[in-house]
Parts: sequence; C-alpha cells; structure tokens
Amino acid sequence: MLAFLFRRIVAGAALVAVVATATFLLLNLTGTDVARNILGESATRSAVTAKSHELGLDQPLVERYWHWAEQAVRGDLGSSWFTGDPVGQSLVDTLPVTLSIVLAGLLLAAVLSVALGTAAALRGGWVDRMVQLAAVLGTAVPSFLIALVLAVTVAVQLGWLPATGYVAIDASVTDWLRSIVLPAVSLAVAATAATAMQVRGALLDVLRADYVRTLRSRGLSTRSVVFRHALRNAAPPALTVLALQFIGLISGAVVVEKVFGLPGIGSLANSAAVRGDAPVLLGTVVVTVSVVVAVNLLLDIAYGWLNPKVRVS
Amino acid sequence: MTAVDVEPTPRRDRLPRRTLRDPLAAGCLAVLALVIAASLAAPLLTDYVPDHSVMADTLAPASDAHPLGADGVGRDVLSRLLYGGRTSLLGGTLAVLVAFAVGGPLGVISGFYRGWFDAVAGWIVNVIMAVPAIIVMLVVMAAVSQDLNVAMVVLGVIMAPMVFRLIRASVIAVREELYVDAARVSGLGDGRVMRRHVLPVVVAPSVIQATQVFAVAIGIQAGLAFLGLGKASQASWGAMLGDAFTNIYNAPVLLLWPGVAMGLTILASSLLGNAVRDALGPTGPRPVRKRRKRVVRQSAPAADVPADRLLTVEGLRVSYPKPDGEKSVVEGVSLTVARGEVLGLVGESGSGKSQTAFSVLGLLPDDAEVTADRLAFDGQDLLGMDTAALNRMRGHGIGYVPQEPMSNLDPCFRIGFQLVEPMRTHLGLSRAEARSRALGLLERVGIPDPERVFRSYPHQISGGMAQRVLIAGAVSCDPRLLIADEPTTALDVTVQAEVLDLMRSLQQEHAMGMVLVTHDFGVVADICDRVAVMRGGRIVETAPMRQIFAAPGHPYTRTLLASTLDGGPVRGEPSARPGAGEPLKGMTS
Repeated sequence: MLAFLFRRIVAGAALVAVVATATFLLLNLTGTDVARNILGESATRSAVTAKSHELGLDQPLVERYWHWAEQAVRGDLGSSWFTGDPVGQSLVDTLPVTLSIVLAGLLLAAVLSVALGTAAALRGGWVDRMVQLAAVLGTAVPSFLIALVLAVTVAVQLGWLPATGYVAIDASVTDWLRSIVLPAVSLAVAATAATAMQVRGALLDVLRADYVRTLRSRGLSTRSVVFRHALRNAAPPALTVLALQFIGLISGAVVVEKVFGLPGIGSLANSAAVRGDAPVLLGTVVVTVSVVVAVNLLLDIAYGWLNPKVRVS
Repeated sequence: MTAVDVEPTPRRDRLPRRTLRDPLAAGCLAVLALVIAASLAAPLLTDYVPDHSVMADTLAPASDAHPLGADGVGRDVLSRLLYGGRTSLLGGTLAVLVAFAVGGPLGVISGFYRGWFDAVAGWIVNVIMAVPAIIVMLVVMAAVSQDLNVAMVVLGVIMAPMVFRLIRASVIAVREELYVDAARVSGLGDGRVMRRHVLPVVVAPSVIQATQVFAVAIGIQAGLAFLGLGKASQASWGAMLGDAFTNIYNAPVLLLWPGVAMGLTILASSLLGNAVRDALGPTGPRPVRKRRKRVVRQSAPAADVPADRLLTVEGLRVSYPKPDGEKSVVEGVSLTVARGEVLGLVGESGSGKSQTAFSVLGLLPDDAEVTADRLAFDGQDLLGMDTAALNRMRGHGIGYVPQEPMSNLDPCFRIGFQLVEPMRTHLGLSRAEARSRALGLLERVGIPDPERVFRSYPHQISGGMAQRVLIAGAVSCDPRLLIADEPTTALDVTVQAEVLDLMRSLQQEHAMGMVLVTHDFGVVADICDRVAVMRGGRIVETAPMRQIFAAPGHPYTRTLLASTLDGGPVRGEPSARPGAGEPLKGMTS
C-alpha cells in the first residue's frame, strides 16, 4: 500500500510538472508584446523596454522557464504582471472558495447518486425510467445554465438564499453554508447524474451475484443485504466515475463562480485570461491540476479501503 | 461458414429507421432541424445585424421593430438569437469533427496494434483528461486567439480522448474476436480487416458519442462566451446570457430566449443519442421490470401429514416470462422430506432441480412465477409467508450450501463477520458469543487454523476451505433442513470426498433433513436415503436409494445411471450395474 501510494504521488507530481511546462510554453510562445499591453498604447518606447526588463521578458525562453520552475518548486509562483500581487497569495485567498463549492458539490453528488441509483436498481419500473431520463438530462445541461436558473428563481425572485457573494467558514458557518448551497447544487447535478447511473448498473450486477443469494439464504434482512453488503460491493466502480466527475466539477466551477459572484480560482483564472496575465493563469493551472491529483489520490485510498483485494496485496 | 464472410453490418442499415420510429427521437430531430433551419435562414428572418447596437433601444421591450426586444446595449435580441445559433452549431460541429479526426484514427491504431503506441497514447490521454477543460480553454484563448471557433477546435482536441477510448475499446473487442484472427490468417490485409470488421462495429457507438460531444461543446462554448471571452463581433447564446445576466434585475426575461434555445438544442442532441442507444438494444426499448408474487394456487389443509414430515412440495411450477410467452422450467414437482432423511434430487443440468431447491428457500429471481398446490416446511405454509417470517425461516429453519464456493462469499467482508452476522440475527447472540461459536464451527468443519480463517477475506482462502466455511455458515443456526445444491461439484476430487463426509456427519449429528441436489450417482450412493430423479422439469421416479441402484424403474433413470457410473468408481455400495438405457434425446431446457 505504501509503495502504491508513493508511485501515485510521483506520477501525480510528474503530471503537474508536464501540464505546467506545457502551459508555460503556450503562454510564452505567442510573441505578443506583453509590456506594451500592460502599459497601454501611449507609453513611451523606453518605458516599454524598461517594463520588459523588469518582468524578465527580455531573457531567453529557456532561462525564463528554468527561473520560473526553480521558484515554483520552492513554492513561489511569481507575481501578477498587471497588479504585482504575488500569485501564491492570490491562490491562497481564492482556493478556499472554489474548494468549498466543489467539495460540497462532490459530497452532494455522492449522497444523491447513491440514493437515486439504489432506488432505480431496487424499484425498477417507472422509478428506474424516471431516474434514467433525469440522468440523461442532468449530464447534458451545462452547470452554469442550472446556476442561472437557480440564481434567478431561488435567489432573486424568491430571495431565499443570497444571489452573490461568499462568506468564509471561519466568519460564520451558517452564512458560509448559505453562500455555497446554490453553487454546489448547480455543480452537483451533472456529477450526480453520471454517478447515479454507475451506482445503478453496479448494484444490479452485484444483486445478481451468487453471494447475494447466499446472504439471503442465511435469513439476513433486505436492509442488511442491500445496504451493508451489495452497496459496499458496488461502491468501487461508482467511486471511479466520481473521481472523473471531479474534474468536470472544477471546470463547471469556473463559470458558476461568475454567476454567483464568488471570488474563487475560476474568477481569478477568468480575469487573468481576459487580461493575458500569464503568471496568474499559470498559477491557477498548477493549483487546479494539483487539487485534481490530490483528490484522485484520496479517492484511490478510499478505493483501496473499499476493496480488500487491493488493500491486502 | 467461413470466417471472412461474417459481417455484422445489417444492423447499421436498419438503425436510422428504427430510431425514427421512437417519437422522442423524432421530436429531437425536429427540434435540431428547426434550430439549424432558423440559423441558416437568419438573414431572411431578420434585417438586423446582430452586433449593431442602438443606444436608444437599450432594454427595449418586444415590439414590431424588435420582436423579442433589445438587449442591454440596444442590440436586437431576435437577430442575436438566430446568428448565435450559427455560432453554436458551427462550434459544436467543429468540436465533433476535430474530436473524431484526432481520437478516431489514434483509437483504431492503438486498439489494433497495441504495443508502445498504445502505451504512449494512453499516457497522453490521461494527462489531457486530468486537466479541467475550461481552464485549458482559458489558457488557449489568452495565449492563442480570442476566436470562439479556434477555441472549439482546441476543445475538439481536449475531447478527443473520449472518442479515443471508445474507439480503442471497440477495436480491441473486435480484435479479440476469433473471426478477425481467422480473417488475418486467411490473408486479408489490415486495411480490409478494419474496413470490413472494425468499422461496422464502431459506427453506432460513434454516433452516440458524437451527440454527446456536440452537446458538451455547445455548453462549454456558451460558458466561455458567458465569461466574456470571444470576439465581440461573434454573436452567441453564451454572450447573450452574459448580457442578460448583467441585467438580471432590470430585464430577467432576456435570459429566457438564449437559455431556452441552448437548453433545447443540448437536450435534443443528447436525447437523440439516447434514443439511438435504445434502438440498438436487443429488443428496442427496455421492458419495465415486473415483480411477480409467489402464488398459492390452492392450499389444502395439512390434515393427513405424518408427524415426522419436514418438507412437503406438491404440484410446484416455476416459469419465467419471456418475450415470446412463458418459459416453464419446473412443471408440477412433488416431493417430501422426513426429519433426518436425506433426499437426493438427481438430474442433468437444466432439469429444474436447482429451481426446485430455490423455490423452497424463496430465492428465485424476481421475475420467476411460482405456484404450488402445497409448499410447507415443518407445518408452516412457505408460500403465504411475509418477508420477515421467510427471513426467520431461512438460515434458522433451512440452511443452504451453494455449488460454487468462491463466488458465494461476499468478497468485501471478512469470513468471521459473514459467519457472525446471521447468528446474531437469528440466535440473538452477543458479539463475543457469536465469535466463539463461529470459531467452534470452523474447527468442527475441519479448518486447521480457525483464528486465521476467521480474520481472512474470501480471496485469501482456497476453494475447499471456502466450501467448509459455507457449510459452517449453513448449519450455524441449527437448521432442521439443509438444502445443498451440488455441494461438491466445483471442488477437487480429493476434497470432494472429505466435504461429503463432513456433510454426512453433520447431518447425522444434528439429525437434519437434507435435500441434496446433484447429477452424480456416486454422491447419491454415499449419502442419500431416497432419490428423486428429475427430467425436463418433472420428477420421473422417486425411490429408496438401494432400489434405484438395484432396480431402476424409469428408462431415463437407467440411462442416467449408465452415463454417470461408467465414469469412475463409486464409494459406498452400489448394488447393481445397470445396462444401457435409451439414448438421451430431448434432454435440453
């Protein structure tokens, strides 16, 4: 298990490095005059040259890359070209917002997908058909459209929950919850739909297994057979799908943050993309991919815990 | 038939028509056709240029001049909706084309040749799939171009892994089919193998995948435009939503049109893919799962039943609903078991003996239809029982030993837990009591290191051990009847005899009645008091064990004896060597 974890951590670090390098090259190969963009059309030529020098843009690409990579490994992701704010601090400020809505969405999706998938598998008939149809619709509709509908109805028209803004969890837990409910729900829909179908399929497979019949022959209650034994066996494949869905959740969060006016990583990346602020954009890429790697690692551990064959060997 | 001639193509020709017969699919196609037609005819339907803004018309309501009103900077909503449709459709199409142009060939090559190419492609795919798509799009749009169409081409590359995986898996599946190997051996070139065998299999899932990519691409494109990316001159539904969103308090109705247009297009596209999938299914739309109740046809009062009678089965019938009518697997079986008596239920596979055994336990699949004139255990009517009573009876009254030991233990739980749980349920034992009883049982069934096995998971023990564990589980709650379904068939020959000895000694120790389902007369001779011979869902003969061997009454019994006894030595005392019987005909079902 330790060797397995070590391998996964090394592979994850390699993944982050590859993606960061590719992003760095992409952002720095385009040849636009960054200093001119920052200072505007009216700036003098010498001011532009000075700015270029200040940002280190007059140095060869390879050198700039090594410089960035060396600092990044030490935890310093540079500073914004436009505001001069250290990228690391911006990420520390925005990450909790995004993690709040994404992890809440993931949790919601896990709970709802087990409930819906189990109901569809056990009840069959029209319940099954409704869940399947809802799943097709749920996976198709983009999360920000759901977010817009929820913002207009629940927040603006009904006024039940705040339409915009984020409250930190250490300021007020209830206000924090109120500020993340609608974004988390918007994000959870697609992940719930996809995972529910996986739970349904896996559970139907397990319920046909020989050992389920044998467990029933021992006179165990349906509750124990389904919820203790069958669901436990159906969990690993569902978890794999949930891990894939997490990446989709982060994608969705970028747009959903804008709908609900949340100052998260997505908003940071969005404004950096509009301005062409390469260091900030690069920082958000590194952090989001790291988060994906970390969550996948946690889900791997959960997978091992659920599946004794992986755990013991 | 020669391998080269096998071509799974005919389904492809019928698929479009079969899909269209589904009203939902036809509706989806109609919606998509409408969106396409309206977008193409945009210049005919409106005179406005979509990005022409007239400040005086800001947030103008619907009127003759602006049928759907004007937006936050005075642009005509209808014209933006129509031209925005072009952007969405073009974007979705670009993404689909690029995804298939990139993912398709790579998937075919990876699946067909495997090797290093497959390894490298798989690694790249994993990298691409680990990065959130929108983040990549933000980077690309910041670095390369603000054009939404360029972004959609890049999105096509990002979504190519989905296509790659699908195509690769399909190709591998075909590749491993024997007929492709045969085709290669018979001299077909790779190109022709792919065209004749691989392509037809890949087409249908690709259509489904394409509708999904199309829908996702339209959603992501709208998301990017909503974020304010893209050129201002490019009218798009996402940009309309963005504009409407800034006026959410003044004119929330602006959200309606682009939202509806986008929602409908995406839903129509993905529901269409779903309909294609349904049309591909073996019998079209899935039938609704029905739950059939076990039915008592007529329950006669238990007047003439002998006092030592344990199990009574009279006129048992089991059938399953099939598309072409009912399929009957047990047709009027009657048998009895007295206390302490061992009944052998013998027959070839498919004769209905296991179905009979499961009927007694109430463990047939949900769709089975069970009727009986009488089905009673120890004076209790089994067919009229509610679930709770049935659960008390199972395990506590009747124990069950399955055929295949390795697939009958829950792989996720330790063996100890699986033994302890029923005892705590039925006997009300404490955790410690159940544990010590379980350890005692494990020792009793001949497991050398009970403590270790108690702590083990099923995959850590051998098949013979697992069967002993299952026998221990079956007798753990002191049942009065044991139903064993081919308990030794899956075991090594050396272990078979030991397990059979164990079952016999346990049966005698606890004076249990037993129904032993088997096809092996050696097992019958070893352990049974009486034998019932089944064939085609009926019992053809029931007789005491010695009589079956000495003077089999039914010709089928003689055939069966001949075919099983000639194979190997029988322990115990078979008193007769039967002669050849009739040939086995009509033995299926």
